[in-house]
Amino acid sequence: MNDMRILERDVDTNTIKFAGRDVHVYYGETEAIKGIDVDIEDKTVTAFIGPSGCGKSTFLRCLNRMNDTIDVCRVTGKITLDGEDIYDRKVDPVQLRAKVGMVFQKPNPFPKSIYDNIAYGPRIHGLAKTKADLDDIVEQSLRRGAIWDEVKDRLDAPGTGLSGGQQQRLCIARAIATAPEVLLMDEPCSALDPIATAQVEELIDELRTNYSVVIVTHSMQQAARVSQKTAFFHLGDLVEFGPTNEIFTNPKDPRTESYITGRIG
Amino acid sequence: MTDATAPSAPVSGDAEPSSLFTQTNRTKRRNAAEKRFKAYGLGAIGIGILSLVVLLVSILGNGLPAFKQTYVVMDVTLDESVLDPNGNRNPEDIAKVLTFGYTPIIRGAAQNLVREMGGEVEGLTDGMIGDMISKEAAGQLRRFVLANPDLIGTTQEFKFLANGRIDGFFKGRVTMESAQIDSNVSPEQLVAAERLAEAGHLTTSFNLGFLTAPDASDQRPEAAGLGVAIIGSVYMMLVVLALALPIGVAASIYLEEFAPKNWITDIIEVNISNLAAVPSIVFGILGLAIFINYAHLPQSAPIVGGLVLTLMTLPTIIISTRASLKSVPPSIKDAALGVGASKMQTVFHHVLPLAMPGILTGAIIGLAQALGETAPLLLIGMVAFVRDYPGAPPEGLFDPSTALPVQVYNWTQRSDPAFFERASGAIIVLLVLLVLMNLVAIILRRRFERRW
Repeated sequence: MNDMRILERDVDTNTIKFAGRDVHVYYGETEAIKGIDVDIEDKTVTAFIGPSGCGKSTFLRCLNRMNDTIDVCRVTGKITLDGEDIYDRKVDPVQLRAKVGMVFQKPNPFPKSIYDNIAYGPRIHGLAKTKADLDDIVEQSLRRGAIWDEVKDRLDAPGTGLSGGQQQRLCIARAIATAPEVLLMDEPCSALDPIATAQVEELIDELRTNYSVVIVTHSMQQAARVSQKTAFFHLGDLVEFGPTNEIFTNPKDPRTESYITGRIG
Repeated sequence: MTDATAPSAPVSGDAEPSSLFTQTNRTKRRNAAEKRFKAYGLGAIGIGILSLVVLLVSILGNGLPAFKQTYVVMDVTLDESVLDPNGNRNPEDIAKVLTFGYTPIIRGAAQNLVREMGGEVEGLTDGMIGDMISKEAAGQLRRFVLANPDLIGTTQEFKFLANGRIDGFFKGRVTMESAQIDSNVSPEQLVAAERLAEAGHLTTSFNLGFLTAPDASDQRPEAAGLGVAIIGSVYMMLVVLALALPIGVAASIYLEEFAPKNWITDIIEVNISNLAAVPSIVFGILGLAIFINYAHLPQSAPIVGGLVLTLMTLPTIIISTRASLKSVPPSIKDAALGVGASKMQTVFHHVLPLAMPGILTGAIIGLAQALGETAPLLLIGMVAFVRDYPGAPPEGLFDPSTALPVQVYNWTQRSDPAFFERASGAIIVLLVLLVLMNLVAIILRRRFERRW
C-alpha cells in the first residue's frame, strides 16, 4: 500500500446512503457543527479528516444517534438514511443502530467470551433461529473481521484477553455481526501498532464491497490509503468534500491545503 | 528566565559543585519530612490496632464465660401425691399444679443431695441449699412432667441450672470475700458447692441455652439466652434484604442511567445524601409515627423493625450502588448501544453484572449497619421483655421479639453482674454474625468478579 494508489483508484458513483442537510449540533450553548451538507455514498469508504475538536467525531456520532446519550447535545437540520429522516420522531434509535454499526476509538470488547461478544448483537436482534445459525453468524463475522484463524480454537476465552489489534478486529467483527448497512469507525487505529493498523485497513478495504464505511482518522496517510471520498472538517465547518485523490493532490480551499501540508492542525 | 544564571544567583546555598554522595540541605529536609510522615502513619495504625486488641480482649474476657454454664446433676423423685393428687394421670389435672408446687420437690432433692454427701457445713440452712438451684429449675421440671406423665412416681436424674452466684463462683466472678457482703449468696453455700463439684454433681459445660433460650427475669441471669433476639434480628435482616436491596438498586439504576439531569433529580440526589446522615433515632420516631400509630402494625414486631431499618439502609445502598454503576467504563455502554442494544438491555446485560460486586458490598455494609442498630428499635418497642419465640415467617414477622443489640443494651441495664457477662457474650455473637456476613460478601464478590 503506498500513497500512489490514490491516483489510480477509481471513484465509482454509487447511490447516496446518508445525506446531511444544514446539520447543526449544539453542546449546550456551544455550536460544535455549524450547518454542513454532505452526501455519503453506498459501498464507498468516506474519510473524515481535520484537526482535533473540529467536529468530525461529533458528526459521525450523529449518523447513528449515539449523541442521544449526551443530555446537553442537540441536533438540528436533516440527516437521511436511504431517504428516511433518522431524527424523525417515529425512528427508534435502537433500530437505527442495528442498521448503522459503530467501531470506537478504543477497542471495547465486552468482558465476556469471544463467542458471546459476537453473538450478543444477533441475539438481541433475533437474527439467529437456532444455535447452529448463531454459530454460523459468529464464524462468518469473525472470518470477515479477519480474526477467525487467530481465535477459532479459543472462542470461550475472554475477549478482553486478546491483544489490542485483535480486540479492535473483534469489535469490527461484532459490528458486522448484526448485518449493518453502514459501518462508522471513529479513529479505529489510533490505539494500534502499524502492523495491526495495516490489517485493519486491509479489512476496511474489503468491507467496502458490502458496506458503506465512514471513518474518522487523524492520519492523513490512512485517509489517503483507504478512502475514496474525503471530507475535511475545520472548526465545525465542512471545508471541502470530494474524491480523495482530488483533496490530497489538488485541494481547492487554502485551509485544506494548509492542513494536509501540515501547517495547521 | 534562562538557565544561565551562574554568577549572579547562586542556587540555594550550595555554591560548590555538588556530589551525588552528599545530600543537599533541601534533600535532607525532604527526607526528614517523609520519615516524619511515615512515623505518623505507623503511629495511627498502631493506635488503631491497639484499640482493636484492647476491645477484643476485654469483650472476649468478659463474654466468653457466658458460653459456659454450671449445672447441678441430681436425682429427683417425682412425688405422686404432689404432682398428681388425683392419681389419674389426666394431663389437665397435672397442669393444675403450678411451678410453685414443683419448687419444694426440687429444694428437698437438693437438701438430700447435700446431706448424703456428709460433712455438714456449719451454718448452712435448708433454705440456703434450696437457693443454690436456679429458680428456672421448677419450670424445667414441670415441662418434663407434663411431657412424660407416665414417669410420675419414679426417680429420675436431672441436670438443673445452678444459681447465678454459684455459677459466678466457678467462673471467678464471685469469691468467698464478696459472698460475705452479698445478701444473695453466703460463703457456706460456696463451700457446699465446692463439695458438690468434687463429688461430680456440679459440672460446668457448654451453654447451648445461651444461644437458644429466651430472655429471663432479673432473678435468674443463669437462664437468660439470646434465642428470641437472634430470631428477631434474623427476621429483620430478611425484611431489610427483601426490601432495601431491590428498591435501592432499582432507584440507583433509574437515577444513574435513565433519569434526566435537571433540578428535580438534583434535589433528590442531595436528599438521599442527607438521609444517609440522619441520626438513626429519627428513623425510629418516623417508624413509630407511621408504621405503628398510623398503619397500626404491632409493636415490638420484626416487620416494623425491618421497615425502619430498610429506610435507614436505603441511602447507604443507593449511594454505593450508584458509585459502582458510575465506575463501569462508559466504553462498555457505548459498545452495547453501538450494536443496537436498548438502554435497558445495556444496563441489565452489561452494566449491572460489572457493577454487581460493588453493589453487593454496599448492600452487606448496609445490612451490617442495620444489624447493629439499636436506637430506632428502642422507639418501636423492641426493647420489651419477650419470652415467647416468634412464629415461622411470614406470620412470625408480626409476633413480638427483640433484637441482638437491644438485648445487649437491655442486659447492661440490669444490676446483677451475671447479666454484664451475658451482655458481653451477646456482643461476641453479634460480632460473629457480622464477620459471617462480611465473609459472605467477600465470597460473593469473588464469584461475580470471576464471571467478569
